[in-house]
Amino acid sequence: MTTPGQTPDRPDSNKIGFTKPDYAGSKSTLCVGCGHDQITNHIITACYQSDVNPYELLKMSGIGCSSKTPAYFMSKSFGFNSLHGRMAPVSTGAHVVLPNYFMLGVSGDGDTASIGLSGFCHLVRRNLPMVYLVANNGVYGLTKGQFSATADAGAQLKSGEKNPFESIDLCSLAIDLGCTFVARSFSGDAKQLVPLIKSALRHRGTAFIDVISPCVTFNNHDGSTKSFNYLKEHDVVLQELGFIGAQESIEVDYQEGAKEVVELHDGSKLTLKKIAQNEHNPKDRKSAMDLLYNHRKTGEIVTGLFYIEENKESFTESLNLCDASLAQLNESELRLPQDKFRELMSEFR
Amino acid sequence: MGIQNDFVINIATVNGSGSQSANLVLLKSLFKMGIPVGGKNVFPSNIAGLPTWFWIRANEKGYTGRREKADIVIAMNPQTLAEDLHLLRDGGIFIYNSDIPMVQNIPAGLQVIAVPFKKLVDQATDIVKIKKLLINIIYVGVVSELLGLDESSLLEALKDQLGSKQKVFDENLKALNVGREYAKNNLDVLNFSVKAQKMNANKNKIMIDGNTAAAIGSVMGGCTFGAWYPITPSSSLMEGFIKYSHKYRQDENNKNRFAIIQAEDELASICMVLGAGWAGARAMTATSGPGLSLMQEAAGFAYYSEIPGVIWDVQRVGPSTGMPTRTMQGDLFTAMFASHGDTKHPCLIPGNPNECYEFGQLSFDLAERLQQLVIVLSDLDIGMNLWLQDEFTYPQKAFDRGKVLTAEQLDQVANYERYGDPDGDGIPYRVLPGNHHPKAGYTIRGSGHNAKAQYTESSKEYKWVVDRLNKKWETARTLVPEALALGSGNQKIGILIYGSTEAVIQESMDLLAQKGISVDSLRIRALPFTKKIENFISQHERVYVIDQNRDGQMFQLLRMDYSQFCSKFNSIKHYDGTPITADFIVHEVSQLEKDQAEKERQGA
Repeated sequence: MTTPGQTPDRPDSNKIGFTKPDYAGSKSTLCVGCGHDQITNHIITACYQSDVNPYELLKMSGIGCSSKTPAYFMSKSFGFNSLHGRMAPVSTGAHVVLPNYFMLGVSGDGDTASIGLSGFCHLVRRNLPMVYLVANNGVYGLTKGQFSATADAGAQLKSGEKNPFESIDLCSLAIDLGCTFVARSFSGDAKQLVPLIKSALRHRGTAFIDVISPCVTFNNHDGSTKSFNYLKEHDVVLQELGFIGAQESIEVDYQEGAKEVVELHDGSKLTLKKIAQNEHNPKDRKSAMDLLYNHRKTGEIVTGLFYIEENKESFTESLNLCDASLAQLNESELRLPQDKFRELMSEFR
Repeated sequence: MGIQNDFVINIATVNGSGSQSANLVLLKSLFKMGIPVGGKNVFPSNIAGLPTWFWIRANEKGYTGRREKADIVIAMNPQTLAEDLHLLRDGGIFIYNSDIPMVQNIPAGLQVIAVPFKKLVDQATDIVKIKKLLINIIYVGVVSELLGLDESSLLEALKDQLGSKQKVFDENLKALNVGREYAKNNLDVLNFSVKAQKMNANKNKIMIDGNTAAAIGSVMGGCTFGAWYPITPSSSLMEGFIKYSHKYRQDENNKNRFAIIQAEDELASICMVLGAGWAGARAMTATSGPGLSLMQEAAGFAYYSEIPGVIWDVQRVGPSTGMPTRTMQGDLFTAMFASHGDTKHPCLIPGNPNECYEFGQLSFDLAERLQQLVIVLSDLDIGMNLWLQDEFTYPQKAFDRGKVLTAEQLDQVANYERYGDPDGDGIPYRVLPGNHHPKAGYTIRGSGHNAKAQYTESSKEYKWVVDRLNKKWETARTLVPEALALGSGNQKIGILIYGSTEAVIQESMDLLAQKGISVDSLRIRALPFTKKIENFISQHERVYVIDQNRDGQMFQLLRMDYSQFCSKFNSIKHYDGTPITADFIVHEVSQLEKDQAEKERQGA
């Protein structure tokens, strides 16, 4: 069925007939220069280019600056701007009812690493099929700049106050909990983040992307480890990433011979070309843990795809759901028939 | 002259000893003999080794609620022997295990029967590890002989309860007969003063607990999504829903027409319900007080963003962790006003398992019609005890999915607003995710929003939406289940009750009438209050409100809504964790009536 708004004849439309403005949302109210707005643009580009039907995508979020962003992309999609720290369980409930829909959530470091840490852990454990983005800036923006749990030990606030505590590395945590797609990126790196989002949308299970997204107002000063400048100086990019849709022919240049191809659940492909000086294997969990641990010691921020596993059963698969949506079943499909009901009653005599 | 078909037996054991099965054999035997009967399990929050009591009430008139005192106590627990003596009425019968040293100072008038259970169990089996279990069936054998239970009913009950494995059944049957033989040969069975006689009162009746009933109701009510975190005394509700869903809800390809998730905590379980409810499924969670407390923030989100969902709160004793295995009606305030800001939720209050079954269905119709959480306030007494009930009736009506617009219907609407009020009843029209109409998509949020579901900080737009929500509350008043009356309706005195007090209200009214105090009663079955409740109050001179909590929560809610009648209300409160009794109600009402008469005399 062609959905209203689709214009397959236009030259600027994608394969399913949508133009890029069809992926737009309302105007952002975030600070000028905010990393989160860059993420918004990358989501729009990724969905437009990889032919994601906006009517078949659910936008999820929690509370915070990050969680406002779903309003700023894809107005045609249904969105759920939930409670602080509760994006994970709300997404779990919604996904089960509409398992064939894309689900893309944008949370923040406070929303995920503090108040919502438990929900995040359990979503990852269950391998809920969704793209879980964290726009990670190390501070609470909406409440004016307190440290979050992802702020590095020793990092400084604008006031000069130093963070005395260890940070929570959401990527290490996700890998430890069995997450099947774990990546880190930088809001300014379209080349890396766009193919990551495209691949994440086609992944079978939870795809977690920790996106370092500098807060221009509260955490972009000297002494911050999540400022634009710090990122530019300390970002170690692991791979050059590419995405090839399921329908596209695979005519990538293999000339260098160093390209790895990971086939995703729907037949699309993620290509990785190593550029950093290391021997990381993204299909090896231990290698991914070592990589993160080693870079953490040096203060470098390593970005790229850390871990991917396409064979693990997703949460939806484990539920053995019927084909129809749980929202659409009728009386005769849900109630016991009269004879079974009488039989059941006789058990209580 | 002995007592026939009107007695209370209390069996004192330790938990984890396997006594529950034996007690159910006794209970079910009486049920199968056609005698109205009820069972109440007073058990500890513990796996094994602490005291537990099982009350059986048999009564030919159909009074099956708890009584304060027992006619027969079977004392198997040395820890509680002394206090168990005081569970007996004057002249009651104390059957105890003579292997335990008997306490001194037995109250005068009691009839004491010592049974050497250890010796008897040695006759029943040589297998050491099952002796502890079989000793329970031996007391069933002894008592069944003393009461004169019908043999075929007894064997049928034993088969129902322990007959799934032939070997187990045979061992138990042998033990049962050892007990029966002992009684026949050593006790004065003929002159035993309490007897059970077959009658025919249980045609089309079943024995069921409220949690199982709610689980069946939820299946019949079309619930397709459950999320929960285990908590006493609600766990068996969701476990029942899991069991019946697996049994009856698989399609021809063995695929599930349901999803049930054991969540990480109650914050998550209610949020999963919100996600599923928003996406259009009939979704529920089951919990008890501590869980309901954790769900408060999400409950407010549901109220403001208008997501349907059902919470079953099987109430237990609070505050805090309280006494998890004891009963209370303590969550009225917490449920009705769950969350900050101006938030209020319709609540359904079942009085028995049959209504748990009915409300298991109705709660979803109401939740979707009103686009709200509906909180069902059951309690441990209803949820976990076995009640004698009419067989459930098969639903005749289709589901009411409320106001939902399809893409085709949206085409006909010129100016669709997710949070508008086109019908003037305060209830807007929903669109469900999956609706591909360009007018359908919106972002649901707990922050300020206008009729078009857009973020707002405008006072005017905010106020319009919350005023409409209040209008919806008035509509809810006309949709919730009506209160049920007993009595002629012409008395001066009215009694307002709710929930599990239903079990003893008829008995209380009959006993009060015998004392010359005639009353009408009305059982409230939902919040907000209906017009019928207001009329009942206005038509009676004095109104006794009976709560099973310390603060008289229903009494307070009535005073809030009906301040013009404040002087009529009297509060009666029962809150020791046990189910309320007719003895208690009669005592309290009589006392208050005496005080009233005294006051009138002095006034005159």
